[in-house]
Amino acid sequence: MAQIVASNVQKVFKTADREVVALKDIDLEIARGEFVCLLGPSGCGKSTLLNAVAGFSLPTGGVITVDGKPVQGPGPDRGMVFQEYALFPWMTVAENIAFGLQVQKKQKAEIAATVSQLLEMLNLKDFRDRFPKDLSGGMRQRVAIARVLALDSPIMLMDEPFGALDALTRRNLQDELLRLWERLGKTILFVTHSIEESIYLADRIVVMTYRPGTIKRDQRVDIPRPRDPSGHAFNELKRELGRLVMEEQQRHADDEMKLAAVD
Amino acid sequence: MTTKLKALCEGSAVPLLLIVVWEAVARAGWISPIVMPAPSAVVVKWWEALMPAAAYDPTSQSRLAWALSGEMVHDAFASLYRVVVGFLVGAGLALPIGLLMGANKRTYALLNPLVQVLRPIPPIAFIPLSILWFGLGNPPSVFLIALGAFFPVLMNTIAGVRQVDGIYLRAAYNLGVNQWTLFTRVILPAATPYILAGVRIGIGTAFIVVIVSEMIAVNNGLGFRILEAREFMWSDKIIAGMLAIGLLGLAIDTGVSRLNNHLLRWHRGLEH
Ligand SMILES: Nc1ncnc2c1ncn2[C@@H]1O[C@H](COP(=O)(O)OP(=O)(O)OP(=O)(O)O)[C@@H](O)[C@H]1O
Ligand SMILES: [Mg+2]
Repeated sequence: MAQIVASNVQKVFKTADREVVALKDIDLEIARGEFVCLLGPSGCGKSTLLNAVAGFSLPTGGVITVDGKPVQGPGPDRGMVFQEYALFPWMTVAENIAFGLQVQKKQKAEIAATVSQLLEMLNLKDFRDRFPKDLSGGMRQRVAIARVLALDSPIMLMDEPFGALDALTRRNLQDELLRLWERLGKTILFVTHSIEESIYLADRIVVMTYRPGTIKRDQRVDIPRPRDPSGHAFNELKRELGRLVMEEQQRHADDEMKLAAVD
Repeated sequence: MTTKLKALCEGSAVPLLLIVVWEAVARAGWISPIVMPAPSAVVVKWWEALMPAAAYDPTSQSRLAWALSGEMVHDAFASLYRVVVGFLVGAGLALPIGLLMGANKRTYALLNPLVQVLRPIPPIAFIPLSILWFGLGNPPSVFLIALGAFFPVLMNTIAGVRQVDGIYLRAAYNLGVNQWTLFTRVILPAATPYILAGVRIGIGTAFIVVIVSEMIAVNNGLGFRILEAREFMWSDKIIAGMLAIGLLGLAIDTGVSRLNNHLLRWHRGLEH
């Protein structure tokens, strides 16, 4: 049975002068241990869908269930990695990682052991007592990932986690994420607007349409890992997805033009 | 090191020149010493007041107690004591109330009108009432200082809680926090930069109020001492007292600033 199920999910944002249908008729099933990317141009509702699964902002129609239970709010069973890192700046690296465990009232010794293990796993050992302000973007995102891994949640939700990083750091973290995923068997729902990133990472790529946000294509990626971005199959798929995303991008641009004309 | 030394020389040039001119004018007798005593006389008075009046007597007291027995030292401690107690009372009340008002709309709606009415009244305007309520001595003084510290800490605490970035709240909820943990481990630390800015203003106000209150309700402290000196027209002692007030203020501000740097060592843009 699928672990995450979205059935007929709708999300309408009401603002003072108009309504935005951010999500419409979303039906999606994600199996345990699957790595799924949500792909689409800016504003197509990727974050809205992710936030609905996370429980930060519930859908206005339809249901999302996780392990059969409807999502009613955020919780540590669905760890979230934010694009803006969202590390607590007043806590050191080790404290940030330990925080979720302290919230769960784990034993001190157990917390210390988990934290050391994660620091080791993510190459953060030399930074354990540093504050986030002293870290580079890549380091911060490692800490954010470690913080979520500490919860040992079966599901990881990631909203453009590597969007702000330079290409090299980005590739490093992608590789590291794949290693962790293969080792720990988590279910990952990963938002990106980079076609290449989605093909490099995912088992399945869900391409979304722009306004209303619906599912345009649910694409399985069968290229064996590690995937070579210069390989034939990779580029074939990249062209195909590029075409789909470009159509939506175009609708986005037209929309902006219309809005500008109204103003 | 040499650049520091150079900066020190440059910085002290104007004050030194001023003191030399002042001394010369005073010695020439152009101005009455009651209006403007010579700087040397001020320093002598300052030193006299700082030093113990009696000779050291090992049978009756320890060396430390003796060393601190000077009038000015006593006065400085008396003033500092009032500032600390008054500030702790004022800030101690302002912090929880501010946290509540910042976090809870109902509490804010309930208390804000009262705050807005009371806040613009300078603490000094409460002097008559404070004497009626508390009589003379430390209580009215502490009350006024607490009042002076209360509002800056309150307003900044409210603002601090309100500006907490929603992303931290979401991250915390995602980790499964309850309300209490959210408050103590996330909202409170996230608001500290604002709260500490309020603390700094509050201490500054407390220090102003302590001097004023000592001119009215008590018979020791640095504020009392300079007013007393005026009755005898000891202007050298007045200025020596002012000097002591300035030094105490500087010491308090340095202390608060150190504390600030320590508590905000995680804060971006605070490099040291
Ligand atoms: N709180 C809100 N109120 C009103 N409209 C909103 C709100 N949040 C999102 N929207 C709208 O819903 C649509 C989807 O937004 P969403 O943030 O999910 O897009 P996205 O795909 O994540 O885009 P990006 O790649 O830029 O992050 C957008 O058109 C946006 O304007
Ligand atoms: Mg988004």
